[in-house]
Amino acid sequence: MTDLSVDLGFCVLKNPVIAASGTFGYGLEFQPFLDLNLLGGFVVKGLYYDPRPGNPPPRLFETAGGLINAIGLQGIGVERFAEEVLPKLQGLEAAVIINVCGDHEEEYAMVVDHLNGLEGITAYELNISCPNVKQGGRCPAMDPDATFRIVKEVKKISRRPLITKLTPNAVDITGVAVSAQEAGSDALSLVNTFLALAVDAESRRPALANVLGGLSGPAIKPLALRMVYQVAARVSIPVIGMGGITSGTDAAEFLIAGASAVQVGTANFVDPQATLNIISELEDYGRRHNIEKITELIGTLKI
Amino acid sequence: MHKDPSASITHKESWGTYHMLTLNTPEIATLAAPGQFIMVRTSLLHQPLLRRPFSIHAVSGTELIIFFQSVGVGTRLLSLTNRGQALDILGPLGRGFDLSGDLKGLQAALVGGGRGIAPLFFLANELRKMGADVRIFYGGNSEEDLVLRERFASAGFAPDCSTEDGSYGYHGLVTDLVIKDTREAYAPDRLYACGPDGMLQAVGELAHGLSIPAELSLESIMGCGFGACWGCVHKIRKDGEEAWRKICEEGPVFLAEDVVWRGEDR
Ligand SMILES: Cc1cc2nc3c(=O)[nH]c(=O)nc-3n(C[C@H](O)[C@H](O)[C@H](O)COP(=O)(O)OP(=O)(O)OC[C@H]3O[C@@H](n4cnc5c(N)ncnc54)[C@H](O)[C@@H]3O)c2cc1C
Ligand SMILES: Cc1cc2nc3c(=O)[nH]c(=O)nc-3n(C[C@H](O)[C@H](O)[C@H](O)COP(=O)(O)O)c2cc1C
Ligand code: FES
Repeated sequence: MTDLSVDLGFCVLKNPVIAASGTFGYGLEFQPFLDLNLLGGFVVKGLYYDPRPGNPPPRLFETAGGLINAIGLQGIGVERFAEEVLPKLQGLEAAVIINVCGDHEEEYAMVVDHLNGLEGITAYELNISCPNVKQGGRCPAMDPDATFRIVKEVKKISRRPLITKLTPNAVDITGVAVSAQEAGSDALSLVNTFLALAVDAESRRPALANVLGGLSGPAIKPLALRMVYQVAARVSIPVIGMGGITSGTDAAEFLIAGASAVQVGTANFVDPQATLNIISELEDYGRRHNIEKITELIGTLKI
Repeated sequence: MHKDPSASITHKESWGTYHMLTLNTPEIATLAAPGQFIMVRTSLLHQPLLRRPFSIHAVSGTELIIFFQSVGVGTRLLSLTNRGQALDILGPLGRGFDLSGDLKGLQAALVGGGRGIAPLFFLANELRKMGADVRIFYGGNSEEDLVLRERFASAGFAPDCSTEDGSYGYHGLVTDLVIKDTREAYAPDRLYACGPDGMLQAVGELAHGLSIPAELSLESIMGCGFGACWGCVHKIRKDGEEAWRKICEEGPVFLAEDVVWRGEDR
């Protein structure tokens, strides 16, 4: 049987499959459908310091093989998270990763500072890449300098490893990736959603109340793979790849393109057991290809 | 909350654009309550990608029925399924109608518009079991929308019907029919409604005018159906505070007085 464990340098995952932020609730929502301990890990929904109301509906629009969302990071804020949710996530074998958000540079550090003293967290994922909160979809991860500043600030105070989550909407994602590495990020995750627009031709209005949203799902997979491939070639820290993964083969493709682990997003909505299916399909893949350790796959694209 | 990857279709009936599927799904059927729904995968490919929500129309033993109108790709694919095929479903989901307390003798008015009639059959049966007096108000654009008339009648709930084009029953909106009856002699204790937003809002206003509670079953595009995506929100008042709340988790049924409609919210 293929050994599915992967070592990210700062933690070992029992398998390379992590549920992606914003698509896995706070983890608890999936407990009726699966044992969280079977996952490599999961990233909780984006967390700001204060509670956030989120955007007005409609917040979702389905397109060919994809989903455009503009949730607007509605959430309970770090205090309620620490009191009500985190205690229920203790003692898990899966890595528990907190998706850290901020309206301004200091807010990221405030969230991390608040969580630093609490137990049961494996790493922080810095969400500097959400397109749904600022006018026109702007975010720090579009800019290498802003990325550098935030990662550096948070790294100074964080007592846990940092994963920086990149946006595919940057002009040059590899430049931003290098900046994050130079600022001390322990890993990178990519990609967040692609800035998108859906138009209702009948009413000539945008389909989402927020006008712009972020595209995810199978539709983005080839674009995401390309970015993972390019970024992995430029940095030495581990890359966690995502974008449209729905099967074990999809996951294998990201590993081959250079990712050390993967995240699964939209697929969790389609099937709450998607992550489990992907893990068992990866096992099958390993068996079929006589792979002893799944890490043998990483970055093995034959050009 | 369960996932049944192979709920087999044991019976199918169709009337124009309306369809009814009976699914054998023991775990989900035995847990189901009126007002709850299931999420159905309409394709195993990526189109449509997301599951589609459908109210639980009726339950009998290990079987559960959904009643739906074909309005787009997903419902069209579902309308093409046949007996013997299996569907991948999640359920039962959400919080249904409030059936707590002593309902003996309760005058219950159930108001359904078009496909919104779906959950009211299950509800009518449960209310009657608990001793309530049930009346069904069933509205549509025209006679072709009132396909469940006979089904309700043969279950002992002969519905009061309305059509907007006047082709059958009262000529006008179903809510106007309810208002007309309440002006005459009918004095319901509680309203229950499912249908388009405009209808739900009118039912809420009527209930307010009569100083009785109304329970409304809301709809929204749903990403997941089980609380994970935060895509299905509606503005709801709770403990004096208005917030976007998840229809799939805290609803789909809400008290009318808690529902904030567009234009009303600040
Ligand atoms: C809790 C709940 C229970 C429901 N119960 C029933 C039922 O018992 N019977 C029934 O016929 N329908 C029901 N619906 C509506 C049904 O889910 C939609 O009609 C269906 O999802 C449309 O899918 P589609 O792929 O055919 O349409 P699409 O091609 O996706 O869209 C066609 C049209 O339907 C609208 N639509 C899409 N999804 C929804 C949705 N989730 N809710 C409302 N409108 C939508 C779109 O805006 C568009 O105008 C329910 C919805 C909810 C939220
Ligand atoms: C509804 C929804 C909400 C999301 N919320 C977050 C979030 O809070 N933080 C974040 O970093 N990414 C968020 N994302 C992005 C996903 O984590 C992921 O990067 C993206 O969806 C691509 O992966 P996928 O194609 O597998 O879904 C969200 C995506 C969706 C669809
Ligand atoms: S449909 Fe996903 S949270 Fe309600």
